[in-house]
Amino acid sequence: MRLVLPNPGLDLRIPNYEDLEKMEKEDGDRPKWDNKAQYILTCVGFCVGIGNVWRFPYLCQTHGGGAFLIPYIILLVLEGLPLLLLEFGIGQRLRKGSVGVWRAINPYLTGVGIASMLVSLLIGLYYNTLIAWIMWYLFNSFQGPLPWTQCPLNDNRTGFISECQQSSTVDYYFYRVTLNASASITDSGGLQWPIVICLLAAWTVICICYIRGISTSGKAVYVTALLPYVVLAIFLIRGLTLKGAMNGVKYLFTPDVDELMNPTTWLDAGAQVFYAFSLAWGGLISFSSYNPVHNNCMQDAVILTIITGLTSIYAATVTYTVIGFRATDKYDTCISENIRMLLNGFELPEDSITASNYNAALHHLNSSNPDTVFGLDIKTCDMQKLLSEGVEGTGLAFIVFTEAITKMPGSPAWSVLFFIMLLCLGLSTLFGNIEGVVVPLKDLNLFPKKWPQEALTGVTCLVSFIICLLFAQQSGLYWVTLFDNFAGSIPLLTIGLTEMIAVVYIYGIDRFNEDIKFMIGKKPCIFWQISLRFTSPLILLVILVFYLVTQAQQELTYLVWDPDYDEFPTLASVPYPSWINVVIFVLAGIPSLVVPVYALCRLVFVRCKKKMNYLNTVSASEASCLFHQCTFVMVGIKCNIF
Amino acid sequence: MLGPLPELLQHCAILLFVFWEKCWKRSCSCSVCHFLWQKGSVNQYPWNKNEMFLFRAALAFAMRDFTNGEEFGVSDIHPCNETQRVSFWFVVTRPKTMDLVDKGTVEMAIKKSRNRINGAFLLTDKTLEFDGIYPTLAAPVSPDTPPWLIVFGVVMGAVSVGIIALLVYPLVQRKLKKNMDADDEDSDEETGVKTAENGANDGIYNSTFSDDERFTQM
Repeated sequence: MRLVLPNPGLDLRIPNYEDLEKMEKEDGDRPKWDNKAQYILTCVGFCVGIGNVWRFPYLCQTHGGGAFLIPYIILLVLEGLPLLLLEFGIGQRLRKGSVGVWRAINPYLTGVGIASMLVSLLIGLYYNTLIAWIMWYLFNSFQGPLPWTQCPLNDNRTGFISECQQSSTVDYYFYRVTLNASASITDSGGLQWPIVICLLAAWTVICICYIRGISTSGKAVYVTALLPYVVLAIFLIRGLTLKGAMNGVKYLFTPDVDELMNPTTWLDAGAQVFYAFSLAWGGLISFSSYNPVHNNCMQDAVILTIITGLTSIYAATVTYTVIGFRATDKYDTCISENIRMLLNGFELPEDSITASNYNAALHHLNSSNPDTVFGLDIKTCDMQKLLSEGVEGTGLAFIVFTEAITKMPGSPAWSVLFFIMLLCLGLSTLFGNIEGVVVPLKDLNLFPKKWPQEALTGVTCLVSFIICLLFAQQSGLYWVTLFDNFAGSIPLLTIGLTEMIAVVYIYGIDRFNEDIKFMIGKKPCIFWQISLRFTSPLILLVILVFYLVTQAQQELTYLVWDPDYDEFPTLASVPYPSWINVVIFVLAGIPSLVVPVYALCRLVFVRCKKKMNYLNTVSASEASCLFHQCTFVMVGIKCNIF
Repeated sequence: MLGPLPELLQHCAILLFVFWEKCWKRSCSCSVCHFLWQKGSVNQYPWNKNEMFLFRAALAFAMRDFTNGEEFGVSDIHPCNETQRVSFWFVVTRPKTMDLVDKGTVEMAIKKSRNRINGAFLLTDKTLEFDGIYPTLAAPVSPDTPPWLIVFGVVMGAVSVGIIALLVYPLVQRKLKKNMDADDEDSDEETGVKTAENGANDGIYNSTFSDDERFTQM
């Protein structure tokens, strides 16, 4: 039952085993890792990103706490591990970047590589904007008190600006001072200069780290991949000593087994595993192609899976100690406020109501003087609600965490540490990202061959910076959310699925097994066989279908920061304008469609070329007709894409 | 907040009853004063008659300071309806004439000498509250050069130096190498040896060349 699609000429396109051995002995011009540690650290840095800090803990907590770990680990092993082995193995075997690998397997599949490159580019653009925001906060952390602890004063200096008064200091600092967010995505406002400067800093840092390819980024990863773990450890110790930390951890890990029955849980777990491993970006294939031929890629895949899984849990624990502390602090403040109002309202002596007898006292007062109590407008203090507040994405880092940090003694130091950690997490992911953009551009010959690596990196960074200015506008936050939702979801799943099908059924799983045997010394065992052939593609297909269905059913709305909204400071849910469909098509549709469209174009081109060769023997009128038919693919010839 | 004024009137000392009536008719020239408890260490402000005397003296000082010389005395400040949580109403009368001073003037006097009154009790705007008189807040300290600009400058400077160093270093290396080659007078002999080697060596693996052959022929 070996289903392999016909693939003529494969042996001509890929180096055979003797060539590989020869390449191994000679010192080719292909970059190499200095040592295994660099390679592992780069891959770990690539896989462990900001999502581990601000996406996984949220998913864990909303989908049943400790119980979420069950689908997460199952899908980690069934979905993530085989895909990792696939990308590592194919990169190491074919010794090329993503475009080169797919082109070698079958020239019609080059579209997969191009799609990977486009997705990496789009993701890299908005990811670096997040890095720019993190840098802004980092730069502003070198002062005490931190600038987001105070509201600015209003005109007559008797109070604070109303926008800040109604929301909170951290909200105001993020939405107004940093982003100067407009009220809708259409209202682009002007460029927000602090963000432009931070974007410049972000792209320059990436440029210098990647300026000579992996020879410079390989050195940078020693810091960017290891520092987050150190900082997380420091935060863990600090977090556990804070009051109320265990409330947060308990909230996170309290299992709710009923959630396992919910298909969304499994879907979200699958999607998280897929994105966490940065699969289908093309970076992993590139990185493993710089390995020696006999590197044990199977072991690497297992190591990486274990490290990513453990890091997610570790980061989630740290995050929730801080969230627990913040929630407890807010709860205590809420109770004290209520006590004060009651004491003031009923003119009771000090200390007659404390936190411990608050409930009893409130009940007593409510039963004796309900009207007065009602008039006082006592707010209910709900710990569970506070624990579940705004704890995902940018909200976690820039609002919840910054607020929690202001309450810790020595806040500037903690703030600096936190944002350096986020910066390192983001940078190490971006190395893989930019690898997934620059190397395909090189393979597609879109750059002149004479240009050195420095020029390639420089030009890519410069062009990306200019496109990123879109995110520096006042509506930039909404664009980032748009990119986050659409550029990184459907296309990645499509590419991942295509990769699996391509390697298993077009390259041939038998050939792949032989390759692994040649490289490592033993064939992949039955687990890999079954998962590569059936389970992983099936899981990916199910996730993709569900995603398409849910996205199609969803109304296109987004959340805006609108001070004029009735329920301000809650974010208002506003429908997208109609032209957003074009943007969504560009973000999600084009990378997904590149794969079949490229194959189609190539088919036409091949036919055309055959006819062109035949042109010499036909009449002039026929020749001109055929010529017009083939004109549109001339671009392909010029760019040497085909 | 404290209940409607007529209710309070009933609790007032008879001595000041007349004044309270006038107060109500003139739509209140009274002031309310709250001594709040301090969070944390001091739970309750220790209140006694002497403290009340200090308050009246401080307020008399404030009135004197504001009106520039009118000799308000301690007897011109009339508190009433003290509560356990240390809050009370008070009215101010003019010295000698016993006319009520209107609320606006009292408020402005308090605003002017707020610091001194706070200082007399070693309290702050947060712990000594005059109802209806909002303290002007201190503006947050903002340094001339925002610190973030300084950090940004440092980072960009370091990165720019790094980029220039990385770009210039190989050029410098190449120049040094060229100089070394120029100094080498055996260069002719060396190239001769090399060509002989090339001829003798049958196949130096040229990956670029082989690569081109690997693309499928159309």
